Amino acid sequence: MDNEVYIIEEILSRFPADPEAVIPILQDLQASLRYIPEEAVILIAERLNIPAAKVYSIATFYNAFSLKPKGKHLIHVCLGTACHVKGANDLLEKFKRELEIEEGETSSDGEFTLEAVRCIGCCSLAPVIRVDEETFGTLKQERIPSILEKYRAKSEGQEC
Amino acid sequence: MLIKEVSDLRNISQKTLNEMFQISKIKFQVGSATCGLATGAGQTLSFLRELSANQPDKYIVDEVGCIGLCFKEPIVDLRMPGCSRIYYGDLNIYKAEKLVKSLEEGDIRKEWVLYRLDKEKFINEDEINLASDISDIYREITTMEDLNLFKGQMRIVMRNCGRINPEQIDQYIAFGGYKGLFKVLKEMSPDEVIEEIKASGLRGRGGAGFPTGLKWSFTRKAEGSKKYIICNADEGDPGAYMDRSVLEGDPHSVIEGMLIGAYAIGADEGYIYVRAEYPLAIKRLKIAIKQAREYGLLGQKVLGTDFSFDLKISMGAGAFVCGEETALIASIEGLPGEPRPRPPFPAQSGLFGKPTNINNVETWANIPVIIAKGSKFFSSIGTEKSKGTKVFSLVGKVKNTMLIEVPMGTTISEIVYNLGDGMSDKFEFKAIQTGGPSGGCIPKDLIDLRVDYEELTSAGAIMGSGGLIVMDEKTCMVDVARFFLEFLESESCGKCVPCRSGIKRMLQIIHRITQGQGEEKDIELLEEMAKGIKDASLCGLGQTAPNPILTTLKFFRTEYESHIKHKRCPAAVCKALIEYRVIPGKCTGCQRCVSVCPTHAITGPRSQAHNLDKSKCIKCGACYEVCKYDAIAGDAIILE
Ligand SMILES: Cc1cc2nc3c(=O)[nH]c(=O)nc-3n(C[C@H](O)[C@H](O)[C@H](O)COP(=O)(O)O)c2cc1C
Ligand code: FES
Repeated sequence: MDNEVYIIEEILSRFPADPEAVIPILQDLQASLRYIPEEAVILIAERLNIPAAKVYSIATFYNAFSLKPKGKHLIHVCLGTACHVKGANDLLEKFKRELEIEEGETSSDGEFTLEAVRCIGCCSLAPVIRVDEETFGTLKQERIPSILEKYRAKSEGQEC
Repeated sequence: MLIKEVSDLRNISQKTLNEMFQISKIKFQVGSATCGLATGAGQTLSFLRELSANQPDKYIVDEVGCIGLCFKEPIVDLRMPGCSRIYYGDLNIYKAEKLVKSLEEGDIRKEWVLYRLDKEKFINEDEINLASDISDIYREITTMEDLNLFKGQMRIVMRNCGRINPEQIDQYIAFGGYKGLFKVLKEMSPDEVIEEIKASGLRGRGGAGFPTGLKWSFTRKAEGSKKYIICNADEGDPGAYMDRSVLEGDPHSVIEGMLIGAYAIGADEGYIYVRAEYPLAIKRLKIAIKQAREYGLLGQKVLGTDFSFDLKISMGAGAFVCGEETALIASIEGLPGEPRPRPPFPAQSGLFGKPTNINNVETWANIPVIIAKGSKFFSSIGTEKSKGTKVFSLVGKVKNTMLIEVPMGTTISEIVYNLGDGMSDKFEFKAIQTGGPSGGCIPKDLIDLRVDYEELTSAGAIMGSGGLIVMDEKTCMVDVARFFLEFLESESCGKCVPCRSGIKRMLQIIHRITQGQGEEKDIELLEEMAKGIKDASLCGLGQTAPNPILTTLKFFRTEYESHIKHKRCPAAVCKALIEYRVIPGKCTGCQRCVSVCPTHAITGPRSQAHNLDKSKCIKCGACYEVCKYDAIAGDAIILE
C-alpha cells in the first residue's frame, strides 16, 4: 500500500498541475499499477485542484482505466468487424472456458485479465488477439492453451 | 543542424539517396510495422541484424514500414549491388536462415520471391534505375507492375510506406519530403495555400468527406490570434487500419501536412490524438517529431522564417466516440470524451475555446503532395466530386487481406476480385461492409458500384474511413447488424437519450431474432426506431447508428424473415439456430476433432467415422476449425 502511494506521488510529480494532465496521469498509473486505486483519485484531484468526482468520471468513462486490479497479463481478444466475421467470438468463449472467467474478469490465480477490444489494427490477420505487447494473428482455438502456458511460464520465471 | 535553404534539403537528399541506392553490399529491408511484427518480422529482423553485425562488409539491414501486402508478412526485400530489388513473402526466421545459406551458394530462392522492382519511382516523377542489366534468373520473376494485386493501385498517401525507414527523417527528405513545406513558406501566402487545397478538390478522409480547403478557410477567418490544429488518429472504426500504417510507415508525411496546414490557417500549436492501441505509431511519431525539431522544421522560426509551430501527442484511452471531433477535443482537454452540440463548430470555438481545425491522418498525408505537385495533378485523379486516391483496408473473407490505395471511382468488383483475388474460402461473395459502425453493407448486385462519396451514400453506406470488410455466404447479415449494434451500445457515451436507450432497445430486439425468438412485427419496429434515433441523436454516432440495420434490412430482408418466420439462420452462424454433425463419408477418423472437443462430445476409434453427441455439444466450433477434410458441418436447423 505504502509502495502504491509512493508510485502515485512519483507519477504525479512528472506532470504539471494542469487539469489537462489528468488522462496522461491515469494512463501512467494504469500502466504501473494495472489499476487506479481510490487514493490515486483523491491525490490527483488535490494535486490538479479539480473535484474528485471529475477524476472519477474520467477514470470510469474510458475503457483503458480500471478501478479493480488487473492480472499480470492482459489478454485482449479483438472483436472488431474483421475478426468477428472470422469467428473471434469462438476464441473469446475458448478463453472464458480455459480461464473459467467471464469477459472483464481476472483469473483466480491473478495471472490473466480477459478483455474484449474493438480492433487492434491488425485486421488483415484476423482473428487477432493481443497478450500484453504481443500480437497473435490468424489464431485458432487449438493454439490457446499453449499461449496461456507460455505466459504462465513467463510469470514463474520472473518470480524466481 | 538547422535546415534553412533549399540547398540544405538537396544536400541531405543527395547524400541519403547515395547511401540508400549506391550500395556495395547485399541489402535487406524488413517490413516492421505491427502486422509484420505479429507474424514474426521481429525475429527475422534480429537474425538479419546479427548477420550484418557479424559480416558488416557483406550485408546491410534496414527497417521499413508496411508496404500493404499484410497477408504475406513478414515481407523482406533484398537488393544486391546493381540488381533489381526483389521482395520475399512469408519470410519467417527459418526461411530467412535458409535464404541466407542459399545466397551464399548463389541461389536467390526465386520460388519465394513475390515480385521484382527494376526502377525506384518517386512522387516527383524522378526515377532511379536499380538494375543496369537484368539477368535471366531475375527476368523469370514477375515485375511489380505485372502483379494483379498492384494493378490499378496508385500511391499518394502511401507513397513512402514500405520504402523508407520511418525513423530516419533523412530518408523522408530523400524521397522528396519537406519540399512542400519549403514551397509554402518561401513562395506562397496562406491564402494561396488554401486556394490550392480548395482547387485540388481534397475532401476529408475521416468519414464525412467535408472539403478540406473550405474547412481551413473557416478557421483561418475565425477571430483570435491563438489557433490550433489537430490530427485525428483515433481510427476507431473496427476493421480499419490505414491510419496506423501511415503513422508507422511514414510519420513525417503527416507532420509536413500539418505544418503546411498550420501555416495556411495561422496556428502555432498542434496535437496528434492517437489511440492507445497503437503503441508503435506513437513511438515512431515521437521519434519523427524529435528529428523534425532538430532540423528546425518544428519549433520557433521554422526554416528561419517568422512562422513557428510545434506539435504534441495526446494519447486516447479507448473510447470510440473520441473519434468524433468535439469529443476528441474534450478528451485532449482532460475531460470525459463526450460530444457536444455543434454549432459552435471547432473552427469558431474548439480546443480550449480557441478556433481549431481538425483533420484525419490520411487527409494530412495528402497535403504535401498536393502542394509539391500542384492541385491540377491531384484533381485529375478520381471522379467528378471525389478527387485523389483512397486507402482501404481490404479484410474479411477475401484472399488477399491488405492495404490498398486506389483512385476514387474504382469499382468494388475491381477491388474484391482483381486486387483481393476473390474469396478466401470456398463460399461465394455476399456483401462488403464499408464505413464502420456508421456505414452499411453493400450487396453483390451492386458490385459495380464505384467507390466515391456520393455513390456509396446513394447505396445507403458511406465512404467512412476506409475499412472494407468482405463477407461471404457463411456470414449472417442479421448477426452482422447485431454485432454493430452491440458495438454502438457499448460505445455510446450516454449523454443523449435516443442513442443511449434507442440502441439498447434495438439490440434487444435483434438479439431475440438471432436466438430464434423474433416476432413478425420486429422488422417494422426496427425500421421505426431506426428513423427516430437517426433524427434525434446529438452526434454522428447516434445519427448514423441505424445504418447497418437499415442497409441489411434493405438488401437482406429475406435473411431476417428466415430467422423470424422459420427460426432458421441461412448462413449457419447464429449459434442458437445451428447444429454440428460429422459427415460420415468425409470423416477419415483422424481424431483431431476428438482431441480438441472440450466436452468430449465427439468419440470414435481411429480410422473410423466419428460420432458427435448433440446433447453434449456446446457449439464451440473447435472441431470445425481443425478438420482438414471438411467432415464437420455446422448446419442451419429449424427451431421447433
Ligand atoms: C462517432 C464518430 C467517430 C469518429 N471517428 C473518427 C476517427 O476515428 N477518425 C477520424 O479521422 N474521424 C472520425 N470521425 C470524424 C470526425 O468527427 C471529423 O469529422 C474528422 O476527424 C474530420 O477530419 P477530415 O475532415 O479530415 O475527415 C468520427 C465521427 C463520429 C461521429
Ligand atoms: S478487426 Fe480485429 S484487428 Fe481489426
